[in-house]
Amino acid sequence: MTSIRHFPASYPLPDWRNFGVMLRLLLGANLLALLAALVQTPTLAGWLPRYVEMAALVEPLLLLVLGLLAGLRDVLRRLPVRIGQAGIVLLVALTAAAQQLFWASLGLAENHGELRAILLAISASIVLLAYFELRAHAFSPAQAEARLVALNARIRPHFLFNSLNAVLSLIRAQPQKAEAALESLSDLFRAAMRDPAELITLSDEIALCRQYLDLEKLRLGERLAVDWQIDAIPMEMAIPPLMLQPLIENAVYHGIEPQAEGGVMVIAITRKQDELLIAICNPTNAAAEHAKGNHLALSNIRERLALYYDLEARLDIQTTPNTYEVRIILPCRQTKP
Amino acid sequence: MPTNEALRILLVDDEPLARARLRELLDDIASELPSEVIGEAVNGLAALEFLQTNTVDLVLSDIRMPGMDGIELAGHLGGMPNPPAVVFTTAYDNYAVQAFALNALDYLLKPVRAQRLLTALQKARPHQVQEQATLAEIGQKIRGGGRTHLACNERGRLLLVPVAEVLYFKADLKYVTARTVDREFLLDEALTHLEEEFADRFMRLHRAVLVAKNALAGFEKAAGDDAEAYGWALLRGVTEKLPVSRRQWSAAKAALIS
Repeated sequence: MTSIRHFPASYPLPDWRNFGVMLRLLLGANLLALLAALVQTPTLAGWLPRYVEMAALVEPLLLLVLGLLAGLRDVLRRLPVRIGQAGIVLLVALTAAAQQLFWASLGLAENHGELRAILLAISASIVLLAYFELRAHAFSPAQAEARLVALNARIRPHFLFNSLNAVLSLIRAQPQKAEAALESLSDLFRAAMRDPAELITLSDEIALCRQYLDLEKLRLGERLAVDWQIDAIPMEMAIPPLMLQPLIENAVYHGIEPQAEGGVMVIAITRKQDELLIAICNPTNAAAEHAKGNHLALSNIRERLALYYDLEARLDIQTTPNTYEVRIILPCRQTKP
Repeated sequence: MPTNEALRILLVDDEPLARARLRELLDDIASELPSEVIGEAVNGLAALEFLQTNTVDLVLSDIRMPGMDGIELAGHLGGMPNPPAVVFTTAYDNYAVQAFALNALDYLLKPVRAQRLLTALQKARPHQVQEQATLAEIGQKIRGGGRTHLACNERGRLLLVPVAEVLYFKADLKYVTARTVDREFLLDEALTHLEEEFADRFMRLHRAVLVAKNALAGFEKAAGDDAEAYGWALLRGVTEKLPVSRRQWSAAKAALIS
């Protein structure tokens, strides 16, 4: 099972195939180019033209390097960190030299500029690698894990005590139902207490949500109706644990419980090419709403998504006067079991 | 409280299993405290409806319920001629529980223990005026706003006016009237209290008038010699106009735009 201990943000060498990492690399290199252009021109008016000139040399190199790094990601990961970093610097230097030679052979650049190009490429790549290492440090496994433990959604006490009360009332009249409920409750707590760094499969998370909803149905009876819309989705895909359940709990607590006549919650999970779309929609009633606490679970999940997927996952909220919908988009990578 | 005959009880909780549990517990302690569950209700509104035609000695009520919560229910009960005692039950409610403990109000934590239920029932009595005020405060806090309904006593019957349906409040010499699209209700309330409690929904137009912001439809200037008002507010749904004082004129117009 994949674990957060090897997850992208905490390793000094970033995941070169991650969109967020690529974006950072592009922005970082261009920022350095902008700075270099400023140093080179005596007047501000010449700054941008100089940068554009420079970009003509920098961008092709940058794109080439991005492609190489993405291709070599797994090889680089297997190397010890320092050697991997040195390898990258060497790779960039060689690419820069090769490009310089190529331009020179076409007569588009001065001859004998290789050494300068190599030095520039080396310093730029060292600066950017240092940035990624510092960033990784900020997300060091210990810190990321501590953060995750703190963030890992807790079961609402309101739900716990109400459920226990419901189970107590079943014990005499319907002992079997009470047993099933206690089993579900213990599964739910096992999930909540599991190491938050371990990923679980989508099918496990969905099963957990179903158990949770069964418990809520015990309490709320017919007031709670759930419409599951699950397409052909990769059930074995690994996702961070308790990604779905807190959102469903939110939908029950803020959407269904405050309405005397209850309502229907729609949980839709679909796959669109390389993205997994999760949408949870509940009815709302402006006049009847639990006062606060809605945004806690949301910002919590948003932060966990950022920790695990960087920029590749999104969480947005769509509201109409009568509905509230949370949507999560996850990259659908096939992870090795 | 009668000791020789059974205590008449109304159970109020939105969860059927929670009501069933209380019935079981009342059964368990019947030898020490005989009681009879006269009825069950799913929220405060249903409870008040039930109490129009039934009398009970005691109401066991959950706090958070859709429609009308237990705290507001207790408030309305307090306005009745022979109010029953109220004992609150709650599964988890940090704020309310702290406030209850602080003000020596009785409450039961769910899951409830039989022994604890027995003690609470033995010493239960109707809430006093001071306790009513405390309850009103707690209610505001956990609800994040004012009551959902206002009580109107009409020939011994309790009418509940949903605050969401009130277009305006108007103070006449002794009474405050609430106007809905259908009719007027006489309330035993003070305009200043209403203004405070429902500040997000109502605004003052005049010394004696509060209007629901979403009921405002337009304004017209009064004739220069009109001593009663600086201008008039027009409302959705009813034809009468409300006086607007010079002080409130610009604030009222701003409320219409937003």
